Amino acid sequence: MPNITRRTFGFVVGAGATTLAMPYYARAQGKPRVVVIGGGAGGATAARYMAKDAGEDLDVTLIEANPQYTTCFFSNLYLGGYRSFDSITHGYDNLASNYGITVVNAMADSVDREAREVVMADGSKVPYDRLIVAPGIDLIYDSVPGYSEEAAEVMPHAWKAGPQTKLLKARLDAIENGQQVVMVAPPNPYRCPPGPYERVSMMAHLFKEKGYDDCKIVIIDPKPKFSKQGLFTEGWEKYYPGMIEWYGPDVHGGIASVDPQTGEVETDLDTFRGDLVNVIPAQKAGMIAASAGLTNDSGFCPIDPASMRSQADENIFVIGDASIAGDMPKSGFSANSQAKVAAMTIRGELTGSKVFPAKYSNTCWSLIETNDGVKVGAQYAPSAEKIASTSSFISQTGEDDALRQATYEESVGWYKGITTDIFGT
Amino acid sequence: MTGSGRSKPPQGPFRFEAALKRNAQALAAGLCFLLPLPATAQEGDPLKGEQVFKACKSCHQVGAGARNGVGPHLDGLFGRQAGVLDGFKYSGAMKKLGEEGLVWNAFTLNQYLEKPRAYVPGTRMSFRGMTNEGDRIDVIAYLQALSKEAPAADPRAGTQARAEIGAVAMGMEGDPEFGEYLSSECVTCHQMSGRADGIPSIVGWPSQAFIRVLFEYKTNVRSHQVMQNMTTNLGNEEIAALAAYFGSLDPQ
Repeated sequence: MPNITRRTFGFVVGAGATTLAMPYYARAQGKPRVVVIGGGAGGATAARYMAKDAGEDLDVTLIEANPQYTTCFFSNLYLGGYRSFDSITHGYDNLASNYGITVVNAMADSVDREAREVVMADGSKVPYDRLIVAPGIDLIYDSVPGYSEEAAEVMPHAWKAGPQTKLLKARLDAIENGQQVVMVAPPNPYRCPPGPYERVSMMAHLFKEKGYDDCKIVIIDPKPKFSKQGLFTEGWEKYYPGMIEWYGPDVHGGIASVDPQTGEVETDLDTFRGDLVNVIPAQKAGMIAASAGLTNDSGFCPIDPASMRSQADENIFVIGDASIAGDMPKSGFSANSQAKVAAMTIRGELTGSKVFPAKYSNTCWSLIETNDGVKVGAQYAPSAEKIASTSSFISQTGEDDALRQATYEESVGWYKGITTDIFGT
Repeated sequence: MTGSGRSKPPQGPFRFEAALKRNAQALAAGLCFLLPLPATAQEGDPLKGEQVFKACKSCHQVGAGARNGVGPHLDGLFGRQAGVLDGFKYSGAMKKLGEEGLVWNAFTLNQYLEKPRAYVPGTRMSFRGMTNEGDRIDVIAYLQALSKEAPAADPRAGTQARAEIGAVAMGMEGDPEFGEYLSSECVTCHQMSGRADGIPSIVGWPSQAFIRVLFEYKTNVRSHQVMQNMTTNLGNEEIAALAAYFGSLDPQ
């Protein structure tokens, strides 16, 4: 590593942080280096935007353990039979060959913030001037008593897309008429707020397609209400009457435990037995964020709302599900939006390019039944305390079929658009 | 031929057979679609077609003095090679098919209008398609009547002095650098390449049309929740900048 002056920063919060930005582009040695940990919707977008916009002026490295990335968004459509697994799986070849990003397919083990190096699982080190941490979520298995990583082989969570998603699909496809599925929904905050309820819709669609008239899907929810509740409830009554039962905490009284041996979910109210149990436990920022000291007591990472800069380290930015992004939900769209703000800020600091005021946006589409899509979305801007919603919208109950179909078709176009924006062409 | 999704090639040895087959089917179905002969126009009803064309008018002009807008003007359309009007930014796909021999006539238009994205994969035209064959025949008849007129002397997207929504932004010089920054919010859905896969293409539009549409969303003249929300916080300067930036891009 060239002799870069080591600096230690006081912890700086909020708007004052940018005034401390150093003119790294004035450094004599080589190009400034930006390293991104995590090649999902946030990390890959950030790497692509920095490489695309800075050209030869930045050295961009993307560290991602897996050679391919399966998107969590649209994975419910795979469960419902609308998409193939391949169609939601993407590689990093374009980022490497068309944008000049160094893609490292290996596991990052920890961050040496003092030395400004990412320490890889094999002990090698990747130095950085700026680091973007985008590890997504880790599951807190023991937030549901009786649940564990091993239990997830029997009661899949499928909340990180990949082998778990395939496992859940195989188990779903094996369900027979007369059997019951139980979902244990996650507490806030979690990845993809409408996701569990879209998933239930896709399960019901699958059973309906097969002509099953005696299947039940029971949702045990630790939350008293959920995203797009009115829209989902309306759709479930319209398409799947009698098939889906939702129990909030005031009814079930609390989730006592799950038993992978018997397929039972015990609550204060009753014990529910599922032929398939989908447990989505509580979540926290990906492990490396915690080991790098970027998280607070919530398990997620406080950031400066104007830049996505970590409140714990001036040289580190945290984007996507791992961050505490104020009013923004944890979604691929949010991560993609936050990545652009972080990329612009970093490029400005390291190359002197112009930095504009941060803007963020999000839209989440959900499919309830074939050609019946709904959406919720908002725009956001930084306030002194948080990323705050400035305007929002949601689909209405009772919309006509043509609008719902257009919303679904739009979501398919969005998928193509955002995955192109993330992984490049 | 690139069109893997196109059921019938627009030229080559299959064309005539396909046309005949299609024609026979149409006749069997009691419809009056015929081969691209002059007779075709008489079978459709141009007056009904004028009503159908209302769906096309926000992007296409036809008749005396027509100019390019979001879509190319349609004067002289029949018999013209696809993708060749000067001053209009066609998709690469449209230009390529034109070079390979796609010529607009009643037959090819009928197929294109039925499923634009299947007939010309990669087209910038953000139109799902016209499923009703009667509508297609009528609108083609209307176009055959109107497209004989001469377009404007300079049909490139024009500077019509129209008092309209967004006039302030239209009078501004948009900053493309600012527009590029703002565009990152748009390209999560709208592809930078100009492809329209369920989300409209917004690349290479004339500035005035771009500005007008955004103001139509902003003032709820057009109803689309995402676009209404997106434009809520955009002012004249932002909208002019976005128009300048996206207008400067070439579709691929």
